[in-house]
Amino acid sequence: MTVVTDTVTDTDVVSRSVSRNRLVLRRFLSQRLAVAGVVVVLLLIALAYLGPIFYPWKYDQLDFQAFQSPPSPAHWFGTYQTGGDVFARTLRGLQKSLVIGLLGALFSTALAAAAGAFAGYFRGATDTVVRVVTDLMLVLPGFLIIAIFSSALRDGSWLLFIVLLAGFQWMITARVVRGLTQSLREREFVQAARFMGVPGWKIILRHILPNMASLLIIDATVGVSSIILAEVGLSFFGFGVQPPDVSLGTLIADGAGAALTNWWQFDFVAGVLVLLVLAVNLVGDGLRDALDPNSEIEGAK
Amino acid sequence: MVAPVPAPGPAGSRESDGVEPLLRVEDLSVTFRSGAGPVTAVRGISYDVRPGEVLGIVGESGSGKSVSSLAVMGLLPGTATITGSATFQGRQLLGLGDKQISRIRGSRLAMVFQDPLSALTPVYTVGDQIAETIRVHQGLRRDAARERAIELLDLVGIPNPRQRSKSFPHEFSGGMRQRVMIAMAIANDPALIIADEPTTALDVTIQAQILEVLQTAREVTGAAIIMITHDLGVIAGFADRMMVMYAGRVVESGVVETVYQQPRMPYTMGLLGSIPRLDAGERQALTPIEGVPPSMVSLPVGCPFAPRCPMRIDSCEQTEPALLGVVSDDAGHLAACHRSEEIARDGLTNTDVFVATTVPEAPPAARLPREQRPVVLEVRDLVKEYPLTTGGLLRRKAGSLQAVAGVSFDIREGETLGLVGESGCGKTTTIMEILELAKPTSGTIAVLGKDTAAMSGKERFAIRRDLQVVFQDPMASLDPRLPVSDILAEPMITHGVPAAERDRRIRDLLRLVGLRPEHADRYPAKFSGGQRQRIGIARALALEPKVLVLDEPVSALDVSIQAGVINLLDRLKAELGLSYLFVAHDLSVVRHIADRVAVMYLGRIVEIGTADQVFENPTHPYTQALLSAIPLPDPVKERSRRRILLTGDLPSAANPPSGCRFRTRCSTFAHQLDDDRRRRCLDESPELTGAETTGEDHEVACHYPAPAAVI
Ligand SMILES: Nc1ncnc2c1ncn2[C@@H]1O[C@H](COP(=O)(O)OP(=O)(O)O)[C@@H](O)[C@H]1O
Ligand code: SF4
Ligand code: SF4
Ligand SMILES: [Mg+2]
Repeated sequence: MTVVTDTVTDTDVVSRSVSRNRLVLRRFLSQRLAVAGVVVVLLLIALAYLGPIFYPWKYDQLDFQAFQSPPSPAHWFGTYQTGGDVFARTLRGLQKSLVIGLLGALFSTALAAAAGAFAGYFRGATDTVVRVVTDLMLVLPGFLIIAIFSSALRDGSWLLFIVLLAGFQWMITARVVRGLTQSLREREFVQAARFMGVPGWKIILRHILPNMASLLIIDATVGVSSIILAEVGLSFFGFGVQPPDVSLGTLIADGAGAALTNWWQFDFVAGVLVLLVLAVNLVGDGLRDALDPNSEIEGAK
Repeated sequence: MVAPVPAPGPAGSRESDGVEPLLRVEDLSVTFRSGAGPVTAVRGISYDVRPGEVLGIVGESGSGKSVSSLAVMGLLPGTATITGSATFQGRQLLGLGDKQISRIRGSRLAMVFQDPLSALTPVYTVGDQIAETIRVHQGLRRDAARERAIELLDLVGIPNPRQRSKSFPHEFSGGMRQRVMIAMAIANDPALIIADEPTTALDVTIQAQILEVLQTAREVTGAAIIMITHDLGVIAGFADRMMVMYAGRVVESGVVETVYQQPRMPYTMGLLGSIPRLDAGERQALTPIEGVPPSMVSLPVGCPFAPRCPMRIDSCEQTEPALLGVVSDDAGHLAACHRSEEIARDGLTNTDVFVATTVPEAPPAARLPREQRPVVLEVRDLVKEYPLTTGGLLRRKAGSLQAVAGVSFDIREGETLGLVGESGCGKTTTIMEILELAKPTSGTIAVLGKDTAAMSGKERFAIRRDLQVVFQDPMASLDPRLPVSDILAEPMITHGVPAAERDRRIRDLLRLVGLRPEHADRYPAKFSGGQRQRIGIARALALEPKVLVLDEPVSALDVSIQAGVINLLDRLKAELGLSYLFVAHDLSVVRHIADRVAVMYLGRIVEIGTADQVFENPTHPYTQALLSAIPLPDPVKERSRRRILLTGDLPSAANPPSGCRFRTRCSTFAHQLDDDRRRRCLDESPELTGAETTGEDHEVACHYPAPAAVI
């Protein structure tokens, strides 16, 4: 080669700025409430899964010497009428609610991402089908349908229940994803991939969804608390998790009647639920601010 | 004997004629508070503007051109700290209160921005907006002000001014809006107009119109103009004196002719040598300036240009040179360089200072006569229609719009076809149709001899290997979330190149486009615009294609960076035997790179031929107008040129004129034809034919072609 190569000198135009992930992490950590939220969620998870190992009572065990007893060193949160331990059941319920919330949110966000991205990317018939389905799902009374279904599936697994819960959560997000996809689709890096022959589904996975990761992460986080609450609502009316299994929802339903007389059967469970939902929401808010480059966060620099 | 003498004062040589300056800026500095630390965007600049003169300010983006004039106008945000002084008609502008400065601004001091839409209020008619400024500053009555507004709109060339004054800004095209901005700027008979890149967002044909309007405005009001631009051609034709800015400083200033003919500072020399020129042939050697402008946060101690300067010596990195007079040249020619006396004494030119890249030899295949080379891309009578719909909810088809209305061309191996025309003429639609590899509305597209309409999915996929694309915007064309290695690997994964070979190829590709293999694991955000464009080119080359479609590949880049990418494209074409379809609105770049040129107007090709034929012997009236609209970066030539001004804007493709589509703007039609001959233009659409042209391969679609040299 005789031609002069016009090599570019190494310019660290942006190298001052740390990588995006580190920056997001730093912005997240600079928000006290969000960090507190993470700590609380982690503690609750630890409590739910490690607690039962060290606590002498199991959730399905009855203490025939202590019916209806208020909190005591033996039964930290007191007992039920039947002698069941409130603390042990709360932990068990917390486990179930966490699983339902996390899986449900994951599932609903994934569904929203898939439906929205495919509709926005492929347009035409795909788009029409997805749009009709989303609109239909939005007008259907979700609560009622889940109620009917779950009584039909009384001994069906709780996994199915999660699918149902998530099935009524994804629509709004799917619409947002569809809009974003439509604009990303016209971006030149997507076009470049298309013109090199990359199939549509791969473009969605490689280029479109990663570029809306922040939206999806936030959606999933916020989804956790709303799924947990939906489960509580359904279980309260007896449609959700079925006995002998317990969740925060069934426990609240069980304890509600006794809230005024035997306060410990209601207040502790309710307190744990509020704490969990609040903490998850704080994490969601924190993520939103950390990922949004326009939000003003102290110490973000 | 040449010796530096300290400049007597600001870069305006106040001793030259003793005229009191209109605006005197002294030691102006502007610092912004920013996340990464204070940014000094303007670092102590001084200049004078005399009454009635045009001062041009050139520089790359980020060099502080805009900030320095916004500071004078009092338009900077509160995060800016401004020091120094700016005296306008004897009055200190810096430090004036909001109220006082607004009284001056808009009356004696006016501004024209690059984006007129953001400077006009969307909810008022343009007539009312102009009348409003007149009323505020001159206290005229409402209807008198309105009449005056209509006169002004007429003056800046708005057709039907009375009626159009009742329109809202969004109802105007970009060029028309800029005219409105100028009307508003001259409404109160200003003494100084600051125009910040007033034509950057416009097509060359419209740019020529706007420059003409500014010239009229200047004659009518006698105002001085500060013309901020990055286009050295615009300055050459328009300005009396100029300043070159780099990294927040003035690095060279003087009378326009002197600076162009005897630049005394390496940056200016490089800049002038790096632009492709319409008046130079295809073999012009460009001298790219390596590297990129420094970050304004951490400027080096010495000369800010030192990292990119081939003439750098030790003292350059220790002390920053002051802006001093170059004694051998005329008074008032100032340069900020430790070595400018040497440059002046030895008469160095840019090719002495910068490494010129010779345009590489064409590959053997491309040296065969054209007819003997295989056709790699053939487009015949391509038509692309878009449905026009009305109504919001229930869309109804209300006819169709032909964005491309019968376009034919072919590209042979080793050849570059430049496709040029104003924005909106259908260039992008044409290449998108080609890249889709689908069956067009009508007509045929054949890539490497295979008709896209008859291809199976498998064949289509296979042919994508050979047909690749480079986009205009280097920011948008790379996925920001993938490291460069993944970006380059994607086409190879898609087409099943084994992993081991991929890694080797990625390293080769990076080297091929002038980057380093270590760059593979960085993210796009870590690269400058020019480097990103190189990555985009590397990706397009990953599969060793035969045809590359380049959609405005250099128009988003700064001038000094452009040359490097153009040279790269030249070299790749020669080394790899590629064929290019090169779409651009910048005809100077096309002149440099293309073998053949097709000129598009409103969905049709109006002239096609070899670059030499089309540029030296333009035969279609539109080609002539287009070429004559391009400013040459040479003050002497530029000022002696006759300009064919196109009237009006590009008509809408939804409703094209009957007969010849160009007739509404054709100067031949308007001035040279009698009614009988006009009939033909009105009724009959001209076909592309080589009957009346000089070369055999040169075709024109005009009933009354007449070759004319316009450069
Ligand atoms: N409002 C602002 N806040 C912070 N920095 C700014 C602001 N405006 C401009 N700058 C910085 O000032 C420098 C010069 O900008 P500018 O004068 O607009 O350049 P030019 O007009 O030559 O392209 C740039 O580095 C830019 O990022
Ligand atoms: S001062 Fe030195 S580095 Fe700066 S332009 Fe002159 S020769 Fe180049
Ligand atoms: S055909 Fe008539 S209107 Fe069209 S370009 Fe030629 S002279 Fe002008
Ligand atoms: Mg600017």
